[in-house]
Amino acid sequence: MIIATELIYLLASVLFILGLQFLSSPRSARHGNWIAAVGMVLAVAWTVVVLRSSFTPAGIIICVTGVLIGGVVGVVSARTVKMTAMPQMVAIFNGVGGGAAALVGLSELLKLAGSPEFQSGIPDVFAVIIGCISFAGSIIAFLKLQELMTGTPITYPGHRVVNGMLVLLILALAVVLLVVNGSVVVIIFLLALALILGITFVLPIGGADMPVVISLLNACTGLAVAASGFALDNFALIVAGTLVGASGTLLTRKMSDAMGRSITSVLFGAFGQVQVSAGGGPGVGGHTVRSGSAEDIGTLLAYSRSVIIVPGYGLAVAQGQHALRELADLLERRGVEVKYAIHPVAGRMPGHMNVLLAEANVPYEQLKEMDEINDEFKQADVALVVGANDVINPAARNSPGSDIYGMPILNADQARNVVILKRSMRPGFAGIDNELFYDHRTIMLFGDAKESLTKLVAAVKAS
Amino acid sequence: MNEQTVILFTYFVLAAFIGFEVISNVPTILHTPLMSGSNAIHGIILVGSLLIAANAQTPLEIVLGFLAVLLATINVVGGFVVTDRMLEMFKTRQPGGEKGKEK
Repeated sequence: MIIATELIYLLASVLFILGLQFLSSPRSARHGNWIAAVGMVLAVAWTVVVLRSSFTPAGIIICVTGVLIGGVVGVVSARTVKMTAMPQMVAIFNGVGGGAAALVGLSELLKLAGSPEFQSGIPDVFAVIIGCISFAGSIIAFLKLQELMTGTPITYPGHRVVNGMLVLLILALAVVLLVVNGSVVVIIFLLALALILGITFVLPIGGADMPVVISLLNACTGLAVAASGFALDNFALIVAGTLVGASGTLLTRKMSDAMGRSITSVLFGAFGQVQVSAGGGPGVGGHTVRSGSAEDIGTLLAYSRSVIIVPGYGLAVAQGQHALRELADLLERRGVEVKYAIHPVAGRMPGHMNVLLAEANVPYEQLKEMDEINDEFKQADVALVVGANDVINPAARNSPGSDIYGMPILNADQARNVVILKRSMRPGFAGIDNELFYDHRTIMLFGDAKESLTKLVAAVKAS
Repeated sequence: MNEQTVILFTYFVLAAFIGFEVISNVPTILHTPLMSGSNAIHGIILVGSLLIAANAQTPLEIVLGFLAVLLATINVVGGFVVTDRMLEMFKTRQPGGEKGKEK
């Protein structure tokens, strides 16, 4: 039985590895997810088989009800969530996983409480700490992305010092727990402090950086799971948890690279505060904004030769992707060359915009990645920016003092005309003013992206 | 540290290297689905949750076990389903998609 268990877990681990590998290639990604799911079913089903004779009556009830309720909640929320709300959904799923790892560690720890073998509880303590941080941090990330709380960083003087103190305090308590006194009171204190650290760690980070944070918390949950695997002497938990911990760490780096930010500045930089020193960049402040009518812009678009569309999160929020495709189809029928320029982090997460446009059946060949299209803006008659802001902010190129300096951007400012569809003059997610809005070649059309696009469709038809 | 711990530690180290290696060539457009997919994989904590819940006896053990199983199931089921939904979007334009992807 033990050997069979190890072999089944080995098979599941291989399926997880293959799943991750397939997930990293566009052609096989969907299969990869299924392969990993098969590995999961195998591991869970076999665990139930092994446990079948040792279930207590209460154990059967809680396992069955837990799986049933959890399964329904999981399927329903995953099926019904809007594509735009995907990032926060992933945050929640990650958070509950971290919570489960913390609970497993906690149960094991409570069994050891007061016994002389308390030193063997190192992995349990680790699972509790990391699991709690991941749980609490993910909840905050969810609240920020869902806009149930402000997406701007919440800072207070010395927040870094407070976080540092919390870390030291947690480590000290962990040592007390393991070496001196394995009492329940200390365990509860540790639990509470780890939860608080999770909250205070994510609060100062701005909404624009949330994807990187979620990815990091995802890696953390992986490590917490691996730690609980050590606590339970379980091969499958260790391998799967470590795989996620390692790949998640690398993915976090790749994501912050794609955004042109270092991980340290994401985590400790309190990025996205409304800048106090807006001066410096020419054009910002004091200059007027040219706002145009839908009719003017419709005519401009209709008589252009080439238009590059820059979609952003505002488009997604307004659910305007279908109206956008209608406009693009209309222009193409008039002989206008239409392309979409997709910034790596357009939307709220890398790859998010591709998913949204695919949903609206935008032909894949028209979607161009940043490096592919950036040189073409010079020849474009119009750059049509729909609900994007930070990804076209020339400050990233020109003003070294700016928070987003160094982030790769789309060269929309090089097009002959720039049309920007935007709700208001409110700064973007990163909270930074955009000098392009004040440029003499820029025309703004204010309003909900979907409504503006519908007006443009009518205007193009009329001209 | 006993022999068993050393063996488990070996698995840990090797798995860490594989985890780094296996996703090293992921393109940007797959970052979100990959994160979501690996998020589902750490739902393996369901196995651990079942192990502690199975022989729960005291009220405290029952509460902790139930919560662990519940949260882990949401993680694993929701994680795989939501990832599949994301990747479904990529499938509908497969023919053109592959051409566009290869540079």
